[in-house]
Amino acid sequence: MAFTLPDLPYSHDALADLGMSRETLEFHHDIHHKAYVDNGNKLIAGTEWENKSLEEIVKGTYQPGAVAQNGIFNNASQHWNHNLFWEVMGPGEKKIPGALESALTESFGSVDKFKEEFAAAGAGQFGSGWAWLVKDASGALKVTKTENGVNPLCFDQTALLGVDVWEHSYYIDFRNKRPAYLTNFLDKLVNWEAVAAKL
Amino acid sequence: MLRTALAASLFAFPALAQDFTLPELPYAADALDPVINAQTMELHHGKHHQTYVDNLNKAIAAGDAPAGTSLEDLVAGAGTFTPAIRNNAGGHWNHTFFWESMAPAAEAGEMSPELSEAITAVFGSEDEFRAAFEKAGADRFGSGWVWLIVNDEDQLEITSTPNQDNPLMDVAETQGTPLLGNDVWEHAYYLTYNNRRAEYLGKWWDIVDWTEISERYDQAIGQ
Repeated sequence: MAFTLPDLPYSHDALADLGMSRETLEFHHDIHHKAYVDNGNKLIAGTEWENKSLEEIVKGTYQPGAVAQNGIFNNASQHWNHNLFWEVMGPGEKKIPGALESALTESFGSVDKFKEEFAAAGAGQFGSGWAWLVKDASGALKVTKTENGVNPLCFDQTALLGVDVWEHSYYIDFRNKRPAYLTNFLDKLVNWEAVAAKL
Repeated sequence: MLRTALAASLFAFPALAQDFTLPELPYAADALDPVINAQTMELHHGKHHQTYVDNLNKAIAAGDAPAGTSLEDLVAGAGTFTPAIRNNAGGHWNHTFFWESMAPAAEAGEMSPELSEAITAVFGSEDEFRAAFEKAGADRFGSGWVWLIVNDEDQLEITSTPNQDNPLMDVAETQGTPLLGNDVWEHAYYLTYNNRRAEYLGKWWDIVDWTEISERYDQAIGQ
């Protein structure tokens, strides 16, 4: 199934007062994400993956233990990752729904402890990649980090929340200060309703 | 009293070694403009490179590698130390090498006839070499470096490495002596070129100091 670039679920300047500028969203969504969509479509055309779902392509092309992943995986996974990223941010209400708060408290001790662990995972991912809140097969919540485009689908985990720590995600607004970007993401950008809906 | 305290502290740390320090840029921060502008240079050198130096010193202080180990030995043995040593010793080595590989466009020297001949013999022409180097840099997915090296057979070869790895490391897929390296982490070009890494790779040739690279080639092949 050909990939298509989804519209942002909010306007390009909707997050500007919350630490993600219009300029960042224009480059990140309209250009970076679009490049993954376009390159992915070129690479799957005429292959066995052409008519598969995005999830099937990500899981089917991931090569565990490989020094570098292949082009189809890189573009498909980055398409999937960015779809999730736009969805878990938003300009609205920032209260954490009760069910999610309980689950975070049960797994991490408190919401603050979860945030600390998540921010540390993002800061500790050396080079390009992502930090995640996932639910594993046993139903337990965990914080993970992955390199480049690798994502929780590769490990049969459900992604509840993901943050992009490629420099293009924060360089315009935060320069080299990745930890400040991560704290801001957790405190101001996350749409916790969308995260709770994935529980 | 002070002398006693100093002696005691030296006694307590017999291997007390000099911390690694950030080298000064060999030119002004705006000297490579417009290919790399002053703002990018100030952040890249003053913040990113400084952070690698600081984190390398912290890792050594934490016992991740023996104090006093040279940067060259930390890099060569990267796979035997912790990720903090591999990443930050690599970051320090790569950036030091990078600054020394460039010069203001008006002062960037010429390729020696020997290096030019070797490049033509391996890649067909200097243009084809540049195209292959740019392609390897563009194809590196995520952060990393693209290199021109002299490999184990004394042949020129283009390689790329992820993150802050380099061809001197025991963990490198293709090992050799680097002659030239370009940084394709987004921080190296994002403020000027945004997503356009290929454009950055193409313009970068204006500030490569071929006099320096040619000297490295002579050394690498033992001349």
